Formats: sequence, C-alpha cells, structure tokens
Amino acid sequence: MKTAETVIESTESGLGLEVVFPTPGQIMRRRMTRHKGFLFGGGVLVLVLLMAILAPVIAPHDPYHQELTQRLIPPIWGENGTWQHPLGTDNLGRDYFSRVVYGCRISLLIGFACVVIAAVIGAGLGLAAGYFGGRVDMFVSFIITVRLAMPAVLVAVAVVALIGGSMQIVILTLGCLIWDRFAVVLRATTQQIRSMDYIPAAQAAGCSTFWIVSREILPNLLNNLVVIATLEVGRAILLEAALSFLGMGVQPPTPSWGLMISEGKEFMLFDPYLITIPGAALFILVLGMNLLGDGLRDVTAPEGKA
Amino acid sequence: MLIYTVRRLGLALLVAIAVSMVSFMLIRMSGDPAIALAGENASAEEIEYVRQQYGFDRPVIVQYLDWGYRALQGDFGESPYFNQPVTTVIGDRIGVTMTLGLCALTFAVLLSIPMGVLAATRPNTWIDRTALSISVMGQAMPSFWFGLIMIIFFGVYLRWLPISGSDTWAHYVMPTIALGYYATPAFMRLTRSGMLEVLASDHIRTARAKGLRWPKILYKHALRNAIIPVVALAAVQLGFMLGGSIVIESVFAIHGIGYLAWQSIGRSDLPVVQAIVLLLSIIYVFLTFLSDLMNAFLDPRIRVR
Amino acid sequence: MSALLEVKSLNVDLPLPAGLLHAVRDVSFSVAKGETLSLVGESGCGKSMTALAIMNLLPPGAIRRAERLYFESRNLMGAAGTDMIGIRGARMSMIFQEPMTSLDPCYTIGNQLEEALLEHRKVTKKEARDRAVFLLEKVGITGAASRLKQYPHQLSGGLRQRVMIAMGLMCGPSLIIADEPTTALDVTIQAQILALLASLQKEFDMGQILITHDLGVVSRVADRLAVMYCGLVVETGHTTEVFQNPIHPYTRGLMDCIPAPGKTKPGQELGSIPGIVPTPIGDLWGCPFRNRCFLAHDACSAKNIDLVEIATGRSYRCVLGLDHLAAEYGRM
Repeated sequence: MKTAETVIESTESGLGLEVVFPTPGQIMRRRMTRHKGFLFGGGVLVLVLLMAILAPVIAPHDPYHQELTQRLIPPIWGENGTWQHPLGTDNLGRDYFSRVVYGCRISLLIGFACVVIAAVIGAGLGLAAGYFGGRVDMFVSFIITVRLAMPAVLVAVAVVALIGGSMQIVILTLGCLIWDRFAVVLRATTQQIRSMDYIPAAQAAGCSTFWIVSREILPNLLNNLVVIATLEVGRAILLEAALSFLGMGVQPPTPSWGLMISEGKEFMLFDPYLITIPGAALFILVLGMNLLGDGLRDVTAPEGKA
Repeated sequence: MLIYTVRRLGLALLVAIAVSMVSFMLIRMSGDPAIALAGENASAEEIEYVRQQYGFDRPVIVQYLDWGYRALQGDFGESPYFNQPVTTVIGDRIGVTMTLGLCALTFAVLLSIPMGVLAATRPNTWIDRTALSISVMGQAMPSFWFGLIMIIFFGVYLRWLPISGSDTWAHYVMPTIALGYYATPAFMRLTRSGMLEVLASDHIRTARAKGLRWPKILYKHALRNAIIPVVALAAVQLGFMLGGSIVIESVFAIHGIGYLAWQSIGRSDLPVVQAIVLLLSIIYVFLTFLSDLMNAFLDPRIRVR
Repeated sequence: MSALLEVKSLNVDLPLPAGLLHAVRDVSFSVAKGETLSLVGESGCGKSMTALAIMNLLPPGAIRRAERLYFESRNLMGAAGTDMIGIRGARMSMIFQEPMTSLDPCYTIGNQLEEALLEHRKVTKKEARDRAVFLLEKVGITGAASRLKQYPHQLSGGLRQRVMIAMGLMCGPSLIIADEPTTALDVTIQAQILALLASLQKEFDMGQILITHDLGVVSRVADRLAVMYCGLVVETGHTTEVFQNPIHPYTRGLMDCIPAPGKTKPGQELGSIPGIVPTPIGDLWGCPFRNRCFLAHDACSAKNIDLVEIATGRSYRCVLGLDHLAAEYGRM
C-alpha cells in the first residue's frame, strides 16, 4: 500500500480506517521533497549552473593565462600548495581552479546544446513513427537501426578530425549522433498513447483534436522527453570529454575537463591531481544529471520504477 | 522460421549498406581527402596527383559504388600508410579487440547478474541500496578516466599489472574492467527489475506452494525467466563495447582495431577507417540478430507456436 | 471422523505504513477428511490470507498467531510449521485463481508436474512421469503422454487449471485448498472444474477448503461453510442450513443479493448492502458490520463480540439473540 500516496482518515472508531487519496499535485510535491536522488541531482545542477554563470566572479584567475614560472604547483593539500592556486596549476602554469570553474560552462553548454539538437531530431522522428505508423514507422525504425549500428564515437572522431575541432563542430556532430534514445522512447510512448482508450473516448465525447493533443498526448510525451533529455545530457558530457581526451573535441586552450585530463596525462604519474580533479568534476556533474533524470522519472511516474 | 531469418538477413544487409554509405559520404564530404592524404605541405600538383591516383575527382556516388563493388568481393583496397591490403591490416588486429570485448562483456555479466539477483532478493535493504548506488556511480564515470586511475593505482603504485600493450593475459585485466564496468549498471538494473517482477509473479507462488526449496525456486524458476531480456541486452552491449573500444585501446595502447581506427583517422588512412566502420556495423547487426535468436531460444512462448 | 485440519483463533497482521492491518482475526474452523469447507466472503475479507496462513505462504513481514493450528495431528505453528518441509506441496496442496499465469512459461508441463513429486519423494524420473500421466488422465486431459511435452502457453485456461489440480495431487495430499479456482474461467468450464474437484476429493478421500465469493458455487459443492467479513468469521454451519436459514445480518444480506431459482419472482428487486467495507487497520472493537447493518445499535460498538455456538458446527457472531433476529427477519 503506497501510503505516501494515500491519506488515511479514521472512520467511526473501532471500525478501522477509510482510505482517501490526495490530489496528484500533492502526490508529486510530496514525492519530490522526499526523493534523495532528485534533490541531490537538482542541487548539483544548480551548483554547476551557478558556477558556470558566475565564473568570472568566482574564478580567481584567467583560465587561459599562462605563468610558466608557476608550472605544476600541487593543490593546497599537496607539498607546496598555496591558496593562490587552491587546486594547483597545470603544466603551463594556468590556475586549475579557474579552469575547472570555466569548464563548467563548456560542459553545460555542450551538454545542453547537443541534447536540444538530439531531442529535436529524435523526438521528431519518434513522434512521426509512433503517430503515423505503417511505412513511416518502418522507415524511421530502419534509420534508428542504422544509427545504432554505426560506432558513434568513431564516426564523431573521424568527422571532427577531418573538419577540424571546435565547440560548434562538436555540438553539431554529437547532436546529430545521440538522438537514438529520444527516437526509440518517444516512438514507443506515442504508440502506447495512440492505443490508449482515452483517445477514442475523448473523441467520442466530442473533444477537438487540438484539445486531445494538448491535454492528453503532450503531457505524457513531455514527461518522457524531459527524463530522457536529462539523462542524455550526462551522456553528451561524457562523450564530449572522450572526444576531447582523444584530441578530437574542443581544442586547446579551451578549458574542457576532458581536454584537461588529456593534457595532464603526461604528468599524471607525479602529479595525479592533474587528472583526478577534472575527472572528479565530470563524475559529479554526470552523476548529478543521472540522479536528477532518474529522480524525475520516479517522481512523475513511479509505476515504472522497479 | 526460415522466412523470418531471410527477412532479417535482408534487413541486416540493407543496414550495412546504409551505414557504409553514410560514413562514406560523411568522410568524403568532411574535407578534401586528397589534401588530407597528401599532407598539408603538399604542392598543388602533388594534391592533384593524389586526387587522380585515388579517384577522388569522380562524383561521390561513383566513388562509393566503386568501393562497394570491390568490398563485396572482399577487396577493401590498400592502406596508404601500411602499404598492405586493408583486410590484412584489420585482420591482424581484430582478434585483440574481440578478445577485449568478450572479456569485458563476461566481466560485466559475471559482476552484475549476481548483484542484481542479490539486490532483488533483499529489496530496499542496504545491500540493494549499495548495489544501486554502485551502479549509478559506475554510469557517471568517464571510462578513460577510470582507466587512467587504474593505471596509476594498479600499474604504477601497486605495480600489480602492466600498463600498456596486449601481450599477456595480465595486460587485458585493466582494459577489461575499464571497458566492462560501464555496461554493468544496465545489466544489474535489468536483472534486478526482472527478478523483482518475476519473484512477484504467480508461478513463483505456485512453486512455493509446491514445497520447492528456495534456491531451486530462485535459480530454476525465477532467474531463468528474468534472464531473457538480459541475454538480449548482452549481445547488443557487446556491439557497443566493440565500437567504444577506441577510447580504452588508446588509453592502454592496445593494438586492436579501435586503436587502429584512431591512428588511421589521424593519418587520413581512409580505406582503413572505411572498412572498420563497415566491419563494426556488420558485427553489430549480426549481434542484434543473434540476440533475437537467443530470445526465441530462451522463451518457449516465442519458440514454440 | 477426526479433524484433518484444526484452526483455532488464527490471527494474521500485516504491518503497513498506515498501521497494523488485521487481515485475519480470531478465525476458527476445522476440516474433516472427505469434507469440503467453504470460506465465503467478498474481496478483502481475509479468506485468502487465512489459506496462505495455513500454508505459511504469507508475504514477508506478516505476523501469524494462532491458539491451535494442527494438521494431521502435527502442530504447524512450531518449528515444523515455519518451514513446512514435507507438508506444503506434499500433504497439503493449494491451487490458485489465475491458471493463465500460475505456471512457469519456460518449462514443459511434464517438467513442472514431475518436479512436484521429485521434490518430496525418492522416485525415479520414469515413476514421476507415470504418475503425471496418471493424474492428467484423472483430471480429464486426453492424450496425456504427449501433453507432458507441451508448454503452458499452448493450453487453454481450463486445461491449465486442470494441470494445476493434477500438480496439486502429485504427492497424494490429504488436504487441498482451492482459492477461487473457477473465478477466472468461463461459466461452462466452472461447472466442470468444480465437479472434477468434488469427484477427486471423494476418490482420494481428501479434505477440501474452497475459497470463493460466489455463493452459487458454495451451494453446489460445499458441505459446510464459514462466512467471513473484515477478517472475522461471522457465521458457520452446514450449507443447506445456512442457505435456508441465514442468521447473521450480513449473511442474510448476501443471500438477498443473489436470485434464487424458484424463490425470486420476476421483477423482484435484488437486495444490496449499502455502505463500504472498512479497512481493518489500527485498534478495532465491536462488530465490523455495524456501519452497514440495518439492525445496528449501541451495543454493537462495545467490546469484542464472540462467536456464539448454537449447535455443533453452527455458530454466528452478533450481539442480538436468535429470537430477536428471527422476529426482525419475520417482519421483512
């Protein structure tokens, strides 16, 4: 009995209880405030977003400024650490803390931009396939299979290598590659909604198509879309990091965390902080996004939760 | 059944063709391959020579058809860098990648299924929560970073394992873990949810009512049912692992086709890249076909009419 | 006839976030060899929970207490009861409501039938197979030998339920508990399955507990019945007696709800019981039916109301005396 969902009121004493159900709004609000993953993920996102927006204020130094006399200074917990550079400096003397803070911008920007592109492509395809069915569905399913059969990272690397690396290219390439999850899920959701009895019921009751679409179909789709989008942001961020690590992503001196790991690789045996810090940043951000996405799914539709 | 197989194979062929076409076009149109091959400092005549030599002056469609025609005959051209047939170049290295992929898959499965079963039999306990936490964290870690951390820790600090190359079995340990752990959460969650669903089902209640002992119920009746989607997923995940091997292989300097692909891209060795993309997509399609077969094999409702 | 199963003061509590749910309260009855006892009541009255409690198949966390729970003179509440090894599936079988989902889809019928026997007896696979064939034929399935190799999804609902019955009989139990065995089946099949159960019971001299909400079923096959409401037994007795002369207002209400051939006149309104069943969570006292009973008064809310036995095996749970009730019913 999901009593987070039900309010129990006493009937005439000694008889037991009568079950009363709260409104959907109340249910959702209660779930949100109790779901630890959702809260943690949301908190991380807000924190990173703030760091990205307020980067010029927070970062003590210019992330691009090289100071070759200050190379490879460890973070404050290291031997020669100094508060001047709380997270140390890299091999070109750039302040690591500032680079991490500005890196938030890169990760968030690329993550969200890729997802927007992917969502448009994927949702469009999925909706069309689910709604029209028949040949459209066959065609879209074929395209999805082709996309899944292609080794995404490899193709992305190849394209970037040939065109040249830059943030715009990375966003475009990744956006055009990671739409598969959107397409698959939205196709399934649209098909499911189409087969639901409440659509013909609404039609029978005389509701206009517009009303049906906006009141019955869209809310369900949006719910799924937002959940998938949140999870895909994490995936996009990791992909960008991998590309940058391989040298086929954003180019130096951009403070991309993946690029920082790549640059720090040479020196990692003596100064492991060069790779642990940006890696930890990636980990925390992606973890937060994943928990947020899972949390959203649980909060809006826990029936699917196992 | 036969018609089904033929249809699937036909579809597979179409997919392979589509993939090769898309990647061909993408690569050809991303830049001038002649310049890329000839090098940045080449003169205009050298570039023109290269263009004619490799037929880059023809329309893209013609180039593709020509490539495709030869590919069907098993001729994937020659690698300008190695000066060997592409098939040889790839053939020398595919074994390493396949080994790595299979090891990673085995690792992921061996780790995640018991965890999933354990989590499902003790839902909402600390065991369950720990398993879920591990799985969530596993999905958030960049695999290349995880690989580097392992290199520092196990390779350098503890000196237990070698950090690059692929000569002995020990060389495969860290890459296997780095490649395999990313799939572990998906398997674990699928196993767990599948087990939870099956354990709540009526036929498990029947098994208990029959007086069967708990281990038998768990393995003979519950797991057997819950494992079906996991097996299907495993086949597909292997495909993803092979495609994603490019990152791990470069971290650990393993000379498989992922590493080869990366280097070939850097060297603009397009015939090799082309062939690898085609090969990986064919493997993927084959694996999905295999997963369908396994589904049918494991589930009598599909297998027997 | 000595009692095959003796249940005295059985209680089942389920801890829920909202409080303790008293699913089964102070339930007592007995079943003799060769006799069919029916537990009747609407959904949620605790009849299935009672059966699960006897078999010790309750959900995890459930608390089971009983003054006496004896089966074949063995105490089921002690250590022997906790694991039920050798009893559950062997001496006591249970068949459930949904034949469509009660069999494992991944194994053949034969495998699942033989498994029931092989678990409890040291027999060879051939002997197990022979027994399976024997029982399949007994439950009326033709071509039994070839059926063994079939999978559950290849059989219809009625056939699957027959297989379930055969499976329950593999070890030759002395008690069979049938929880709504025909509810999910077509009406025509219902009669067949019920008749089958009755004949098998006679042939193998078993006791049977038939759980149902359908009074029509009860009137056809049960020797005795116990009416349950909100976890409590409110009336017991021989079937014919209870049907002819229901004492408890709830039983009376139930009888009024079904059309009786010969008695109900065309156009006559069928009865209905107003109100809803309360959920038995928390501290409970008094009669659970009082918010829906047309004879309710102050005395109904006081303390606990015990089962009053007016003759052997005939009892009811109400503060009002027999004469008073008879007078009230006479006026209706």
